[in-house]
Amino acid sequence: MAEVSFEHVSMTYKGLGGDVLALSDLDLTLAEGEPISIIGPSGGGKSTTLLLAAGLLKPTKGEVKVSGETVTGPRNTTSLILQDFGLLPWKTVEQNAALGLKIRKFTKKQQDERTAQALDQVGLTEFASSYPNELSGGMRQRLALARAVALDSDLLLMDEPLSALDALLREKLQDTLLSLWKDIGYSQILVTHSIEEAVFLGKRIVLMSPRPGRVAAIVENPEMGDADYRFNPSFHECCEKLRSLLVGQGTLAEGRVDE
Amino acid sequence: MNKMHPNARTVTVRASRSKFFGYLGAIILCLIGWYVTSVLVDSPALPTPFETWPVLVENIPALLPEFWVSLYRVVIAMTIGTVIGVPLGLMIGRAPRADAVFAPVLFLLYPIPKIVLLPVLLVLLGLADAPKIVLIALTIFFQITMTARDAARAVPEASILSVRSLGGNRLDVYRHVIVPASMPELFTALRIGSGTAIAILFFAESIAGSSGLGWFIVDAWGMINYPRMFAGIIAMAVLGVIIYELLEFLERRLTRWRRAGIS
Ligand SMILES: Nc1ncnc2c1ncn2[C@@H]1O[C@H](COP(=O)(O)OP(=O)(O)O)[C@@H](O)[C@H]1O
Ligand SMILES: [Mg+2]
Repeated sequence: MAEVSFEHVSMTYKGLGGDVLALSDLDLTLAEGEPISIIGPSGGGKSTTLLLAAGLLKPTKGEVKVSGETVTGPRNTTSLILQDFGLLPWKTVEQNAALGLKIRKFTKKQQDERTAQALDQVGLTEFASSYPNELSGGMRQRLALARAVALDSDLLLMDEPLSALDALLREKLQDTLLSLWKDIGYSQILVTHSIEEAVFLGKRIVLMSPRPGRVAAIVENPEMGDADYRFNPSFHECCEKLRSLLVGQGTLAEGRVDE
Repeated sequence: MNKMHPNARTVTVRASRSKFFGYLGAIILCLIGWYVTSVLVDSPALPTPFETWPVLVENIPALLPEFWVSLYRVVIAMTIGTVIGVPLGLMIGRAPRADAVFAPVLFLLYPIPKIVLLPVLLVLLGLADAPKIVLIALTIFFQITMTARDAARAVPEASILSVRSLGGNRLDVYRHVIVPASMPELFTALRIGSGTAIAILFFAESIAGSSGLGWFIVDAWGMINYPRMFAGIIAMAVLGVIIYELLEFLERRLTRWRRAGIS
């Protein structure tokens, strides 16, 4: 599995309205097979961090390494899931799940086998020839996961993957994410704006500062990893801790009970 | 991989049946309108459908070769214009540097009605198929290139990012995202373009050469044989419908996903 490290990473966007310093001296290391959550103010460079890890952006300063190698472009076994899941509406469920394999030139036989297995793993087998428009939000999310599963990823990067779903469905898919991670054991970076989600799915929760993004705090959460962790007192303790950090940062207004 | 949905076939049958009745209704409506107008106008230049019908039947052997020639010219010309225009438009739509070079040229030439080139083309290419095909191809080329360029620019960045994050190169991005995403707009442009194409065909055929429906119509006019002229006009309408349906058929095959999730 893959170890990830951000070493003194700065990222400046050259935009039409002038330069934007999105990340400034970000330092963060992720152990092999470790799932972490990233939470923080909007515009604080969370998405930028994921795009750097995915090899879709190059840092202005510093280095991003995966498995000890400097990232210079998309890597074969890294999967990125964006907020809108990155599904292509003109491809069937099966073709969407197989896209990574196809691009990476797996044989047709391997494509079919792995895709079938991945769809089975996320429970979408009977929808193989449907189109994304015919799926519910939760099913689309699972399809995006199937794509990552089919690729046998060792690093899964997710940018607010559940934010478009309603609360009940979100918990169900958090369970799915957790069990897939436990089954496969990839390293995982989850960007989320939900405190509960960050705590449920992150062995460590990284709090980012307002722009320019840096690591403001890291909350250890060693007890995560069980589906019923939500009922555990330490779960709530951890949520509270994170909440007060966010309030202290000014990201969350004081006195608000939930996000 | 492309298994049809269980009820897709019955849906197709139902759709083609309703299309048949649609055309039938339209034909009846047109015939009534035509008849009423010709009775009111009462001029030999506008014969009734009843006067035209026997002439049409009688002229089918004479019409058929001209019909095929015209159909051939339009289809070949539209194909050439599309095959050159689509890749160019999609390419410059996604490549700012190429766009900086090509876009001003396109903007400059696009509004010029290509028909003004007919004299030049006739001198250079003779009176046969070539000048007509080139003229129509040019018109379609500009329309389709402009559309392809705009469609490629409008493709959502997230779709592109998802293919790139899977390790896709530029070619993969075109193949899996840009081309399929632009398909609906391209077909709209082609359908609109087909009307222009037929108008240009008529004009070019009526001016130069002695073949095609355009020539047939103007020739009948010259003989002051109005029913014969109308037989040619009807053949022209059929030509339009065939091209339209051809595009419709291709579009249905290539953009099946657009009908997914609407029921
Ligand atoms: N392509 C871009 N061009 C210019 N500025 C950008 C671009 N992408 C992001 N930014 C800026 O960088 C900062 C960090 O963005 P982002 O990483 O998306 O933050 P987050 O995901 O935490 O909300 C923001 O101020 C944003 O406006
Ligand atoms: Mg973001």
